Amino acid sequence: MSAVTLTDIVKRFGDFTAVHRMSLEIPEGSFLTLLGPSGCGKTTTLRMVAGLLDPTEGEIQIKGKHVTNVPIHKRNLGIVFQNYALFPHKTVADNVAFGLRYRDVSAEEAKRRVNEALELVQLPNVGDRYPKQLSGGQQQRIALARAIVIEPDVLLLDEPLSALDANLREDMRVELKRIQHRIGVTTIFVTHDQSEALAMSDQIVVMSDGRVEQVGPPEEVYNTPSSEFVANFLGASNILPATAGQASGDTLPIEVGGFGSIAIPRDRAPALNGSGKARLVVRAEKLLLTRPGDAPAGSISVDGTVETVDYQGQAVRYFVRVGDTQLQAINMIDGRPFNEGDSVAVSLRPRDCAALPEGT
Amino acid sequence: MSVEAREARQPWILLSPALGAVTLLLFVPLAFILVYSFWLRTATGADQVGFYLENWREALSDAFYRDILINTLKIAAITTIVCALMGYPAAYFIARSKGNKAILLLLLMLPFWISYIIRTMSWINILGVSGAFNSALMTLGVISEPIQMLYNETTVILGLVHFLLPFMVLNVFVSLEGIDTNLEDAANSLGATKWQSFLQVTLPLSLPGLAAGGLLCFVLGAGTYITPIVLGGPTDAMFANLVFEAIITQLNWPLGSALSLMLLAVLGTLVLIYNRYLGMAQLMKGLG
Repeated sequence: MSAVTLTDIVKRFGDFTAVHRMSLEIPEGSFLTLLGPSGCGKTTTLRMVAGLLDPTEGEIQIKGKHVTNVPIHKRNLGIVFQNYALFPHKTVADNVAFGLRYRDVSAEEAKRRVNEALELVQLPNVGDRYPKQLSGGQQQRIALARAIVIEPDVLLLDEPLSALDANLREDMRVELKRIQHRIGVTTIFVTHDQSEALAMSDQIVVMSDGRVEQVGPPEEVYNTPSSEFVANFLGASNILPATAGQASGDTLPIEVGGFGSIAIPRDRAPALNGSGKARLVVRAEKLLLTRPGDAPAGSISVDGTVETVDYQGQAVRYFVRVGDTQLQAINMIDGRPFNEGDSVAVSLRPRDCAALPEGT
Repeated sequence: MSVEAREARQPWILLSPALGAVTLLLFVPLAFILVYSFWLRTATGADQVGFYLENWREALSDAFYRDILINTLKIAAITTIVCALMGYPAAYFIARSKGNKAILLLLLMLPFWISYIIRTMSWINILGVSGAFNSALMTLGVISEPIQMLYNETTVILGLVHFLLPFMVLNVFVSLEGIDTNLEDAANSLGATKWQSFLQVTLPLSLPGLAAGGLLCFVLGAGTYITPIVLGGPTDAMFANLVFEAIITQLNWPLGSALSLMLLAVLGTLVLIYNRYLGMAQLMKGLG
């Protein structure tokens, strides 16, 4: 049974449609991420599941129960807000215990559960302090403890990491995933950060303009994007006009200007029906620059000229000119990076390519 | 001059015009009043310069003054409570309304453009014998003779509430505006009903604003003398009326000075208590 089911959810604000007919099933215990740029409808969707917004149309079920008309305080959800939303006038322990006041929990039991929750977020000794006396990362952990202590049916995370600074964010990412895994709570996570989504999710729902672009596990969404939007939003991609030929066996020949015919695996072009105009997608990190003539065997190689070098420490991002198109390549540094103006061989392996129908 | 010294001086340079005005217009006259309060008014009407405690003895021991002081504080307290009960929901409504907040605030400020005396007197046109309310009741045939509704303690409180309500609303509004709306959402998500989350989260967090508004209403209400003159009856004098009476009518500056300092001391103590527990910063927020 799925923990959360959305059926034909529509949300309109006046003339503006924030979410277009969306249906989604979230399996029990899974970690699902709503990913997309701001204004794509991901937070609106989360707020509808939470009960903070009513859907204009459609049904929401949580654990098989229709909740569309159930007010938020009866839904048994844990929400972690972007700005933590801790009660500033209550101690950390009182903050965490807040949800237990409204449940049939004895004082002793409540105390034990608050301590457990604080242990779980690795802040066992701050119960007497006030939220303001804690750092941002600590406050976020307390907000998480407050949300999970009530043993919610679903945990909703609204960009919980975006207010933290970069290092802390990566630590919290691992921490959050660890806690979610340990308590096994179904989680809906909203973010605009693709690396958070890729690192944490069981399923990613990529959204754009109120519509679902693609749903799938991280590897699938990353490797086999179903639209140009997804290909561009998750990582840096090169999208080239191409022509698909007739599939033969497990491969599908794709004709790309400059590269010639590339036989890509059939399962890397699931959206492509038959031959005709198409788009070839190559991830920037799958495009390898070498000295002319050093291209690895088994790859397809063309000549190019380095135009821009964007040095990033362990990797370099190159913009390289091939014919009349500019391609993006992210390569680990092996020895010295290339300089602007260098002639290089740009190579790719057919199995790293994916293909899309044109106009998606 | 060192940079530190220059930086240390800068605030004082900027403050000096205001400090000068406050000193000249507030502290110097207050010092005069303090000195006056120890002078003595003789039977001839002339003030006798010196250090006499007679005025203070009279002001502090006469039951008449004491009763009026108590009554003044009572009226101020009732006014404050009524303002809080009426003002809080209004402030909450404005703070939570979307879009038209600016217009609502403008409407709230609108009465300040009309003199407080005129606003007080407007009640005569509404509740007076030939006022709107009586005329309406007579036209409807509910009453045959106009009823005298004015000139009692209730109308004094009514006038004060009318005058002071915007101060309460503004102060509460400011503190409500400062509360993150996610806090109520968070409380709701944890199982609190709207009313419970209001009691647990919003109300406690807005108490500083309520206290600031309450202090302003109380101090301004207790210090008023226009409202009782315009809307009160002969027995509804408040403490400031006694000061007015002593100084303007009887020309007894020494007694009037002692009485006014007495009121100042009572209200000043209140402000000090407030400052001790809540700090003046909250009050300034509401005024700004």
